[in-house]
Amino acid sequence: MSDVSETQLPGVGVRHDFITHEGERIGVLSHRSGRRELLLYDREDPDSCRSVVHLDVDDTRTLSELLGVSKVSESVAAVQQQVEGLAIDWLTVGPAHAGTTIADSELRSRTGVSIVAVVRGDSTVPAPDPSFALLAGDVAVVVGTPEGIATAFDLLQG
Amino acid sequence: MVLAAASSDVALVFTELGLIVLGLSLLARLSNHFGLSPIPLYLLAGLAIGEGGIVGIELSEEFIEVTAEIGVILLLLTLGLEYTAEELRSGLRAGLPAGALDAVANFTPGLIAGMVLGWSLTASVVLGGVTWISSSGVIAKVLDDLDRLGNRETPSILSILVLEDLAMAVYLPVVAVLLSGSGVVAGGLSLGVALVTVAVVLAVALRYGDQISRMLASRSDEVLLLSVLGLTLLVAGLAQRLQVSAAIGAFLVGIAVGGQVSDRATKLIGPLRDLFAATFFLFFGLQVDPGSLPPVLAAAGALATVTAATKVVTGWWAARRAGVARPGRIRAGTALVARGEFSIVIAGLGVAAGVEPALGAFAAAYVLLLAVTGPLVTRFADELARATSRSAPPTAVSSA
Repeated sequence: MSDVSETQLPGVGVRHDFITHEGERIGVLSHRSGRRELLLYDREDPDSCRSVVHLDVDDTRTLSELLGVSKVSESVAAVQQQVEGLAIDWLTVGPAHAGTTIADSELRSRTGVSIVAVVRGDSTVPAPDPSFALLAGDVAVVVGTPEGIATAFDLLQG
Repeated sequence: MVLAAASSDVALVFTELGLIVLGLSLLARLSNHFGLSPIPLYLLAGLAIGEGGIVGIELSEEFIEVTAEIGVILLLLTLGLEYTAEELRSGLRAGLPAGALDAVANFTPGLIAGMVLGWSLTASVVLGGVTWISSSGVIAKVLDDLDRLGNRETPSILSILVLEDLAMAVYLPVVAVLLSGSGVVAGGLSLGVALVTVAVVLAVALRYGDQISRMLASRSDEVLLLSVLGLTLLVAGLAQRLQVSAAIGAFLVGIAVGGQVSDRATKLIGPLRDLFAATFFLFFGLQVDPGSLPPVLAAAGALATVTAATKVVTGWWAARRAGVARPGRIRAGTALVARGEFSIVIAGLGVAAGVEPALGAFAAAYVLLLAVTGPLVTRFADELARATSRSAPPTAVSSA
């Protein structure tokens, strides 16, 4: 995820903005009243907006649906339904595993469970290499059988 | 007192009030159409129907006066409600240098102008307040209308408005004491009492704002409206009795009420404030004899020009500190030029105390000028930036 900066606007609300991979700065201004403004900043005068879209509570919901927030959770749910016996879980790495790589943890060979992503603080590492070193407090997103995940849970905690 | 009057009087009062409120509604409609603040039009209407005006109306002056007083109280209540305790705290931390520049650069010209005009120190301090405080109402509306709330210079503007808000908590007691005309010792004592009260209320509000709000909170709009309004009038009355000025009392209630309650209270009080505040601006105009305007017009115009420039400098500097580029600095500076409701409130305190006969006319002319030109100038800020950058060194253009 991109770095989002937050700015408090006293008496108005709060503004979040970030720079897209193409270098555009976009932001969302959330008024205290609940209405929002979608902000597209100007390239020539980066302090001002070249376009502002006003959204009420309903519009905000529609736009976020279209942007795919709900589609992601839908497709995760679909994967779980389609592949019977497959489970996805989020497991926290215990202090004993701090510094060990994914390969060294032998998680896959011992439980059949794969680590598909690691969430560390605010950032996510998708599809980490076997040489990826885990740290205490990392959250591993794992895929496997429910039994395998239960074993993996004990293993990662220990 | 109105209800006790004979029925023919009641008929007259209703007819007059109806005409006045309808007239105000037409003015509000007109100003909405042009996207301007209605305050100058209300003032002009007051001038037109008051003493020496074009149309003389036999007004139940007493009634209008009480209504206008409530207008002041509601204006200050909503000023206090506008910012949460947390916003005041972080605003104070981050915006202090800009707020200090704002105070020095914009209070001083008014003070000096009063002195040059041969006014008393008290009247000059009041005039300093008139030139100091930007109109947060006008500015918030202009920024919203021009879609500038999301701009990166806007936090600098808002932070100056927050600081002015806080500064009122100190400035109003000082003015109240000066206006009461008591001696140095008695005045100093009551100023001390007032400032300690303000400090205590601020500290309590910052620490226990949530509890106060919870006490007032209610799911019913009716209950919330009545409790906030009742508390405000009560505290305002007590403050007036203690010679601290009712306005400060109302302001402190606004500060003390925070969180969700303050958001809802703002929404509920808003329409009431609009009604009473419109009457207040009208009443202020009523008290000014239009014949007294022309003699002060030149001086008020000169002061308006100077203090428009000092506001531009203030906004420019604050935006530059925040790392905003040239066009943004010009937008921030010009946005702050508008003066409005609080300049009239401050002048109204002075007029009520009778410190200076020319004060009312002077403040009315001053606010008429800046409430109209301020929003207009900032509308063309980008054109202004482009026009001036052509003559500036090429570095300003090369980024384009």
